[in-house]
Amino acid sequence: MKFLRDLLDRVHPHVSKGGKYEKLYALYEMADTLLFTPGDVTQGKTHVRDGLDLKRLMFTVIIALQICIIMAVYNTGLQANQALTGMGLGEIEGWRGSLLSALGVGFDPTSIYDNLLHGLAWFVPIFLVVHIVGGFWEVIFASVRGHEVNEGFLVTGMLFPLILPPTMPLWQVALGVSFGVVIGKEVFGGTGKNFMNPALTGRAFLFFAYPASISGDQIWTAVDGFSGATPLSIAASGGLSALEQSVRWSDAFIGFIPGSMGETSALGCLFGALVLIATGIGSWRIILSVLLGGMTMSFIFNEIGSATNPMFALPFIWHLVLGGFAFGAVYMATDPVSAAMTQKGQFYYGFLIGVMVLLVRVVNPAFPEGMMLAILFGNIFAPVIDHFVLKANIKRRALRHA
Amino acid sequence: MAEHYLSLFIKSLFIENMALAFFLGMCSFLAVSKKVETSMGLGIAVILVQAITVPVNNLIYSLVLKEGALAWAGLPNTDLSFLGFISYIGVIAAIVQILEMTLDRFFPALYQALGIFLPLITVNCVILAGSLFMVERDYNFGESVVYGVGSGASWALAIVALAGIREKQKYSDVPVGLKGLGITFISVGLMAMAFMSFSGIQL
Repeated sequence: MKFLRDLLDRVHPHVSKGGKYEKLYALYEMADTLLFTPGDVTQGKTHVRDGLDLKRLMFTVIIALQICIIMAVYNTGLQANQALTGMGLGEIEGWRGSLLSALGVGFDPTSIYDNLLHGLAWFVPIFLVVHIVGGFWEVIFASVRGHEVNEGFLVTGMLFPLILPPTMPLWQVALGVSFGVVIGKEVFGGTGKNFMNPALTGRAFLFFAYPASISGDQIWTAVDGFSGATPLSIAASGGLSALEQSVRWSDAFIGFIPGSMGETSALGCLFGALVLIATGIGSWRIILSVLLGGMTMSFIFNEIGSATNPMFALPFIWHLVLGGFAFGAVYMATDPVSAAMTQKGQFYYGFLIGVMVLLVRVVNPAFPEGMMLAILFGNIFAPVIDHFVLKANIKRRALRHA
Repeated sequence: MAEHYLSLFIKSLFIENMALAFFLGMCSFLAVSKKVETSMGLGIAVILVQAITVPVNNLIYSLVLKEGALAWAGLPNTDLSFLGFISYIGVIAAIVQILEMTLDRFFPALYQALGIFLPLITVNCVILAGSLFMVERDYNFGESVVYGVGSGASWALAIVALAGIREKQKYSDVPVGLKGLGITFISVGLMAMAFMSFSGIQL
């Protein structure tokens, strides 16, 4: 560590103001604060009582995501290996196949090792592209506009691969993360100044621009030519009975179902929720009210019933574990930047999202999954909700002292 | 019957949102969305005018302009629908004037709150579009009342949401070239993307 500190100290004069590489200060600052605690202390009358800065906040989110990431890797491999075994294939084509066979990895769905490595072969390229391309934009904006490279990007970069299907073409991944980071965040001035979740903005862009690579039955399993519907679209076409025949609830809960890479595991999201709530970083009000909103709406749909649309009858316990509901509720809806800020407003905001998810899932035949759009919809109304909560509070207090 | 009206209302409010699905009424949508309070004033005024003009134009269309509508006057073969645009605009302008005078006389507080927005609405494309959609889709009188309220409310909803976002954006650090309308256009585009969650719902 001493060596690193010395190195950074040697570089410092060159990148600080007036130095030769002044423009690269953002990069230096990023490396410095990532490796070492900043030496800044408060001066004057204000005093910082808690060391919780943006960096620690974002890292806590990343820690909370770990189980989801492991599950994403494992499940991607598992689904692919199961499909390969089902089709009677012993190997895959392309560079992934050569790499895996060079490493001596088999394609046995019962072997944890095989599944993990096969999953990594799909997850790592997407992950790298997201970080390289997204990081490129982040650093460009940071050095031109003179703000710091923000850890907000690390979270966006972690979340974005997790909400993509494993077969997403890499150039589309690059395009999506560019849209999310630049249009979703940087044009507003960077982390904390945007009004929509950047990762979801990027995904929504891909969803509407390249629907063939992000919806349908062909893409959720990383095997060429294999067609496997997500449980949600099975439920949308066949109803509860078809769903129960194809997936067990416990499998859906742990995450052994086809879907976007990181979204399948409700178990991982539960772990994340516990970490986020225990550290006070994710708002329990939002998570709770998203669940309540979804529950209320699914009860209403169950009661109304429908002869033609089998989604009406799907109970909430299934909605919870399928698709991105759990993932969105825990990691996306609680995004402190784009969510409602007032405590009362967070209840309304979460409830609105929960209701919207079920509405899109059940009533809209065009999209089987609704979490992404529901959260973006909630993001739009979060500032207005805050506005009215504040106004109501001001009015109440004015009346009290009138 | 009630179900039909309800689904028409939901459709006009969300799925066919005037501002975010059709991008109508953009001038006042962008100009008057700086503060939530004023945008609410304009939103309410639009709902009010829309709820009156669409049904009135519906009556004008079905009783005077439509082919064969003048049968009662002994002119069964007359088709006056080419006069549609000018009649609807005239009706809208007249109704806004009457509404303004009525509010001024009987509800001065509301008149003060709406202020300049009421005359501005005469030239708001949402209002004309409401009447034209009504004609195109052949709504009857009941439907046109529901559609008027719903489409007006859809625009009001969108402008209030945009005003909330723009109030929040005061704390943003927008690049100089994008300040003002530029960033607002981007915001509206992102909002429209989120509203696409409704596209495809069949009601």
